[in-house]
Amino acid sequence: MGKSKQANDMPKKNLLSRLSGMSDTNLLLTITIVVFFVMYIGAIVFQGKGFLKPQAFFNILNANAALIIASCGMSLVMITGGIDISVGGVAALVSMCCAVYLDYHDGNVLGAVLIALAIGLAFGIVQGYLVAYLGIQPFIVTLAGMFFARGMTTIVNTNPFNVANPAFVALKETRVVVPGMGSYNKAGNYVNAYVEIGVVVAIIVVIAMFCILRWTKQGRYFYAVGGNAQSALMLGINVKMTRFLSHLGCGLLAGVGGFAYFLHVGSGSASHASGMEMNAIASSIIGGTMLTGGVGNIIGTFFGVLSLSTIQNIVSSAGLDQAWWTGITIAAMLCLFLVVQSIIMARKDKSKK
Amino acid sequence: MEAKKQFSIGLFFKKMVKQQVFIPLAALLILALFNLIMDPSFFKITLGYNSVGDPVLSGYLMTILDYGSELAILAIGMTLVTAASGGQDISVGATIAIGGSVILRVLCGRNSRPDELQAPIIVAFLVACVVCMLFGAFNGALVAYFKIQPMVATLILFTAGRSIAAWINNNELPIVSDPSFAVFGGFIPGIPIPTPFFIALACVIVIALILRFTNLGLYTQAVGINESSSRLNGLNPQFIKFLTFVILGLFVAVASLIKVSRLSSINYSVIAKDIEMDAILAVALGGNALGGGKFNMWASILGAYVIQFLTTTLYKFNVQSDALPAYKAIVVIMLVVSSAPVVRERTAYYWKKLTSKKQEVA
Repeated sequence: MGKSKQANDMPKKNLLSRLSGMSDTNLLLTITIVVFFVMYIGAIVFQGKGFLKPQAFFNILNANAALIIASCGMSLVMITGGIDISVGGVAALVSMCCAVYLDYHDGNVLGAVLIALAIGLAFGIVQGYLVAYLGIQPFIVTLAGMFFARGMTTIVNTNPFNVANPAFVALKETRVVVPGMGSYNKAGNYVNAYVEIGVVVAIIVVIAMFCILRWTKQGRYFYAVGGNAQSALMLGINVKMTRFLSHLGCGLLAGVGGFAYFLHVGSGSASHASGMEMNAIASSIIGGTMLTGGVGNIIGTFFGVLSLSTIQNIVSSAGLDQAWWTGITIAAMLCLFLVVQSIIMARKDKSKK
Repeated sequence: MEAKKQFSIGLFFKKMVKQQVFIPLAALLILALFNLIMDPSFFKITLGYNSVGDPVLSGYLMTILDYGSELAILAIGMTLVTAASGGQDISVGATIAIGGSVILRVLCGRNSRPDELQAPIIVAFLVACVVCMLFGAFNGALVAYFKIQPMVATLILFTAGRSIAAWINNNELPIVSDPSFAVFGGFIPGIPIPTPFFIALACVIVIALILRFTNLGLYTQAVGINESSSRLNGLNPQFIKFLTFVILGLFVAVASLIKVSRLSSINYSVIAKDIEMDAILAVALGGNALGGGKFNMWASILGAYVIQFLTTTLYKFNVQSDALPAYKAIVVIMLVVSSAPVVRERTAYYWKKLTSKKQEVA
């Protein structure tokens, strides 16, 4: 199919048609990576040397480890043709439950991790069952999931508080030194570049998800179901199971992401991770995952998160530090990429006819 | 024959169950019974006097009538959007913030705490209508012409809306001190029933007239049921989808007038928070398919008041306002599960099995 389309497009010979001769995944991925590099270079040129330091880049990673993990789950669901807007709520619930467990019940860190995984898994199973086996719209189910998680967070504990558990604080303060990337500060001392534990987890998740989606049978099933559920069914793929697994995976990753978020902020609060679902969806879309399903790439999602946070950094260092600018910028970017996707889809439909 | 007569009550009941209004009515009945058993004083309405000296009815039922009204207004627009596009607009809360901010901006002018209104209220309201309809048009254009799923398209405004609202007023919190502005969210002097109810009534009459004398209702249902066949029949499905979002924008503007009038001020991050959930819930509770197609406006409007009934009941039992969504989410899930085709088929199957066994025994 890809070949025949290429043959159709070849005679036109202009740049756009050659670009659309690429598979959708690669085309959107290329756009994302180019956008990220253009933006980062733009930041270096216009915003001064701050962005040139490796640590500036690592700080973006540190602040967004949780978002990267959650976005991976979001991409998984979106590739399968669904959506999950409960990730922010789940992250807030996870951090609150872990905080309460650690501080009020003298828990240990391992137990907290298990709690985080269990909450994510529970949300994944329930939402996956409702979506896949009862055929309810994923948006409605996960909207309810989001409100349920946010409400439960308040029921668990109303007041935000910082966790003082020594074992946890030690883990939170752990820095992984990146060799060879340090820089000299103003006093002339060498400062090591570092990342937090969450970033290590995020990188592992990104690589694992990339491998699963690219090289395993189940991973290809996700694309098949998202691309065309009808023909996937005819090929003998268990469509319901695949949808269920996608939501399960997303729920689980939301749990992991919630713990990474908790590890970064070290406190529990009902207003934590607000807007995370939006950022995760935006990152996935910017990263070239199609809302219609069947198209997407985890590497793109990773760059999507980086683009999103780079533009946030640019906005805040440009002096527009008020909170509302961030919301407007993200929304504008999301809007832009949605329209680009829609135009690509329209072109594809035309070339098919 | 005799057997048939015996079953007539059952038949009547069956007919009732098939009516779409049955679902919100049953929910209302259950809630009312629950409150009656737990605490009959829930239904007490007292006539008192407010600080100005006007007669005012108060009580839980009045609260429901009061706060359910803006929800009913939103539910009207949301029903149309749901029917035409098969998705919901989740940006209504954020758009209310924008509309409210515009109203206050026009009323207060440059000074955030003016002694007198800088513009007539009607002008402020009309400006808000135009702005909200523009934002509705933005949503509608994304959905209809760019073919983006409604919920994702409206997600853009869902995040940006409150930021835009804050930006319109330079993040200041203007306060309108003029008492005539508070009428819309409070009481008209001399009339003890809250004004929002009358505004909702006006909206209901308007939409009833529109549905009666234009083809809007028919067209939206046709587009929702089958877009391509409605196009083959000479409709313009894109324009109709677009139109429903613009209409929703208008109703959002009305709701935002009530919302800001209640406080005579605005809090950008809190105003109309989670109201999109309630509006969607009202549509679902009205028995309308969330996937688009046929709709029943009256069931939606009744659904809105039932939702407010639920909220008020929960408040009465000292549930925190932040914890409310958890309970409502359970209700939503129960509703959508019970209306899911798979579940319906299965229950119908078991019901058939059960009744046929009974007949054999008889």
